[in-house]
Amino acid sequence: MDEQKLIDNINKRKKLLTDIQFNTDIEIQNLTEEMQKDYQRVVCLENKAQKMKRKTLRAIRKEIEEQQKLLKQYEQIRYRSMVLKVMPKVPVIKNVIAAFIVGGIICSIGQIILNAFTIKGFTDVQAAAGTSGILVFLGALLTGLGIYDELGKFAGAGSIVPITGFANSITSPALEFKREGYIYGIGAKVFVIAGPVLLYGTLASIIVGLIFFITL
Amino acid sequence: MTINKRLGKHTINFATPISISAFASVVGPLEKKGPLGDYFQYTMEDNYDGEMSWEKSEQKMMQHALEIALAKRGYLSKDLDYFLAGDLLNQIICANFTARSLGVPFFGLYGACSTLVEGLILGSIIIDGGFGERVGVAASSHHETAERQLRFPTEMVVQRPMTAQWTVTGSGAYILEKNIGDVVITQGVVGKILDMGMANASDLGSAMAPAAADTIVQYFKDTQRNPQDIDLIVTGDLGNIGRILCEELVLQQGYDISKNFSDCGVLIYDPSQDTHAGGSGCGCSASVLAGYLIPKLIEGSLNSIFIVGTGALLSPTSTQQGETIPSIAHGVVIQRK
Amino acid sequence: MFENVPMAFLIGGLICVIGQLIMDLTPFVVTPAHILVGYVTTGVIISAIGLYEPLVNLAGAGATVPLSGFGHALAQGAIQGVTSKGLIGAFSGGLEATATGVAIAIISGFTIATIFNPKG
Repeated sequence: MDEQKLIDNINKRKKLLTDIQFNTDIEIQNLTEEMQKDYQRVVCLENKAQKMKRKTLRAIRKEIEEQQKLLKQYEQIRYRSMVLKVMPKVPVIKNVIAAFIVGGIICSIGQIILNAFTIKGFTDVQAAAGTSGILVFLGALLTGLGIYDELGKFAGAGSIVPITGFANSITSPALEFKREGYIYGIGAKVFVIAGPVLLYGTLASIIVGLIFFITL
Repeated sequence: MTINKRLGKHTINFATPISISAFASVVGPLEKKGPLGDYFQYTMEDNYDGEMSWEKSEQKMMQHALEIALAKRGYLSKDLDYFLAGDLLNQIICANFTARSLGVPFFGLYGACSTLVEGLILGSIIIDGGFGERVGVAASSHHETAERQLRFPTEMVVQRPMTAQWTVTGSGAYILEKNIGDVVITQGVVGKILDMGMANASDLGSAMAPAAADTIVQYFKDTQRNPQDIDLIVTGDLGNIGRILCEELVLQQGYDISKNFSDCGVLIYDPSQDTHAGGSGCGCSASVLAGYLIPKLIEGSLNSIFIVGTGALLSPTSTQQGETIPSIAHGVVIQRK
Repeated sequence: MFENVPMAFLIGGLICVIGQLIMDLTPFVVTPAHILVGYVTTGVIISAIGLYEPLVNLAGAGATVPLSGFGHALAQGAIQGVTSKGLIGAFSGGLEATATGVAIAIISGFTIATIFNPKG
C-alpha cells in the first residue's frame, strides 16, 4: 500500500508540474520537500524489497527523480534564453576566409611536391605516398616547434582538415605526455585523437570492401 | 556583549575581524604583460620557470607565494598552525606537495576556482573559533597544466570559442591572524551549489553566473546592506559573459550593482591579449586579490571589497558523459581597519 | 609545373571551409577529433559510391591532402583488395593502401616528441 500511496503522490504532482510557472516560490518549496520525503520513503523500501518488487520501486524512484528535474527545468529554460542574448557572435566570415586560405595553401604545397615527384619520374602511387609523407613530417615538425597550434588558432579547420592536421593530432599528445614516460605517456597517449580516426576509417573501409565483395 | 556569528542562512559574521597580515602573488609571463602586470610580486621567467614539468612549476609557484608572504612578517613554516590550500589538478597535487614541504597541519581544499575564498572563510573560522592563531591559505592554477588535464594537449590545433576563458597561471598566498596589519576579513558568505543546466565546458562564465548572483543577493538579504555600502564587489572568474549575466541576475532580485561591480578575470588581461572571455582558474582571484585589490585597500583608494570566488565543479569525465555543470560561489568581505 | 596549383588551392580550400562551417554553425561542441573522424569516414563513403575519384582527377592534391583523401585511399584500397585477393582483401586492402602514411605519421610523431618539449 506504500507503493500505491507513492504512485498517487506522483500523479497528484503531475498536474502541478505542468503549469509550474504559475506556482509561487512557497508552493515550489513545498513540492521540493514533498518529493524529498517520497524519495526517502522509496529508498528505504527499495533496500528491503526483492526482485520484481524492487524493480517496480526503482521505477517509482526514477519517476520521482524525473519530477525533481522537471521542477528545475522552468528556471533553467528561462536562464538559457538569457544566456543566448549575451552570447558573442562567432566570427564566421573571418574564420571561413582564414580556413580557405590556409587550407588552400597547404593543398597547393602538396600539389607542388606532387608535381615535383611526377616530373622526377615516380609513379602516381609513389608520388602520392611521398607527398603525404613529406606533409606529415612537416606537420609534426611544426607541432614540435610550437608553430602549428599558433597557426591553428587563426586557421581553424584550414589546419585541422589537411593531413598535416592529422600529424598534429599524433604529435601533440605524444609531446604533451612525454613527462609521464615512454609507455604510459607517449605510448598510450599518441593515438588519443588519431586512434578514433584509424578505427572508424578502417571499419568503414572494411564495410566498403565487404559490400563490394558481396555485390561483385 | 555577544555578537551574532551567523546572519541569515548563508552569512558568517566574525566576532573579531580576522587580519590578513601578509599576502603575496606569483604569476606567469602572460599575466605580467596584462594591465595588472606591475602589481604582482613575483613573475615566472616562462611557463616552466626552470622546472622539468608544468605540474612542478605550478607547485613551486604556490610555494613561492607562500614563502614570500611568510617572509614579509619574518615567519617560518613552523609558525603556522594550519595550512589550507587547493588547486585545479587531480587530487590537488600542488597543494599536497606544497604542504609536504611545510610540515604543518594541513587541510586540502577543492572548490574549483572558488578554492581561495573557501580557504579564507575556513581559515577565519578556525581563528575566530580559537582553534589556531595563524593560518596560511593558498591557491594556484597554471594554464598549461589545466589545459592538458581538462581540455586538449597544448600543442594541438584548437580554435577556442569566443566564450572560452584563459586559465590564469598564478598563485596567491595569505597569512591570517588576529590584530596584525591593516586589512581584515569581517564577514564570509557560504554559497550553495546551483546548476542552471549549462553543459558547455568552454563557456564556464554563464554556468557560474547564477551561483555568483545567488551568493551576492544572499549577502545583501542576510545583512540588510545595500550594494553602495561596499566600495567594490568583485567576482573571481566569471569573465566578460558571466559578468554581464551576473549583473543582470542580481538586478532581477532588486539590487543594482552596476556601479561598483567587477571581475578578476576581466581585470587581469587586456582584450588585445587574445584570451577571449577573460581569465579563469584558482590563480585568477588568488593573484588579483593579493597583487592588486588588497594593496588598493591598504593605500586607501578602496575601503571595503566583497570578493566572490566562483567555481565550476565539472570534470573531464562528467563533461564527456554529458552532465551539466554545477557551480558554487563563496564570498568574503575584506576591509581596511 | 604550377598549372594545376590554383585548382588544388580552390578545392582544398573549399573542403576546409566545410569543416569550418560545421565547427562554427552547428549547436554542438565539435572538436578537432570529431572533424578528423567525420572527414575520414565521409571520405570512405563518398569514395565508395564513386564520387571522390572525379574530384581527385580535377583537383589533385586539393582532394588528396585533406583527410577525406585519406578516406578515399582506404576505400579504394579495400575495393582493389577485393579485386585482387577476394574476401581477404576486403579486410587488408584499406590498411595496406594507407600503411605508408600511418607509418610515417608514427615515426615522425615519435621522433619529434622525443626531441622537442611542448611550449604551451
